[in-house]
Amino acid sequence: MTSDGWPLWEVFVRSRRGLSHTHAGSLHAPDAEMALRNARDLYTRRSEGVSIWVVPSAAITASSPDEKDPFFDPAADKPYRHPTFYEIPEGVKHL
Amino acid sequence: MSTPDTSGSATAAVPVGAALALADDALVLSHRLGEWAGSAPVLEEEVALANIALDLLGQARVLLSLVGDEDELAYLREERSFRNVQLVEQPNGDFAHTIARQLYFSTYQHLLYARLASGDGPFAGLAAKAVKEVAYHRDHAEHWTLRLGDGTPESHERMSRACEALWRYTGELFQPVEGLDVDHAALESAWLESVADVLGRATLAVPSGPRTGAWSAGAGRQGLHTEPFGRMLAEMQHLHRSHPGASW
Repeated sequence: MTSDGWPLWEVFVRSRRGLSHTHAGSLHAPDAEMALRNARDLYTRRSEGVSIWVVPSAAITASSPDEKDPFFDPAADKPYRHPTFYEIPEGVKHL
Repeated sequence: MSTPDTSGSATAAVPVGAALALADDALVLSHRLGEWAGSAPVLEEEVALANIALDLLGQARVLLSLVGDEDELAYLREERSFRNVQLVEQPNGDFAHTIARQLYFSTYQHLLYARLASGDGPFAGLAAKAVKEVAYHRDHAEHWTLRLGDGTPESHERMSRACEALWRYTGELFQPVEGLDVDHAALESAWLESVADVLGRATLAVPSGPRTGAWSAGAGRQGLHTEPFGRMLAEMQHLHRSHPGASW
């Protein structure tokens, strides 16, 4: 038996104090149930998490490195999109 | 070293024979599972088997410490002083054999520890902690049994062969152990029901061979072991025996 033909799965773990699941890594497994168990063994051995998601890697649509410039560069020179761009008028309370 | 003295006042509350039976089952199976390190079918499964092995080793250490020095008991006892059932010492075989052994043993261990944990005997505390670990071992074995049994023609054939081969070692699990306060007959019927259910869902036949009697195994608890056990023990103990007291 080999893992040839076993699909790749992406693993997301929600930590004890975290609210959202964060990407922990990936693994091979024959199906979703086994992927969940493998994820438990590989990524939560040191009590890292309280909840696990597994997602077939094939189901993820990712941005391509070729599209990096049109995707991300235009945001670089628009400081007004950050809250720190704006000065707080004197006298404003509760900020 | 021999079996520890049963009259020691410090360990009076713990029945030594029962502690050794539980400890040796866990220790020996842990070593067998550890043998997969470096040669498991896939990396993910290697980590899973190693995790199970380490859970079992942890249980064995606690149990051995209850009745003596853990290193002395693990590394310096002779074959005839080990009290494990013969099922756990059987060689890993192919992956299907390992899974069949896991299914038979972890189902037994889970049912047993759940009963011990709900009582107030000397093993209640340990069992309460271990029962969660063992529940996962059982779940792992059941899931693999379903996939191998109801998988490809070859995996079905191998799983079927493995379940047959190890069947005769399962009667021994339910021989009463002195100091282990559980209803072994009830344990056995719960075990049979559960294993038959899993095998059925895996499209595997419940083996028809004998589980007790002349053609089956059953004297591990008395210190009689099968041939492969001696070789396993030699490998497990040789480092400690060659370099007594060595440490990292």
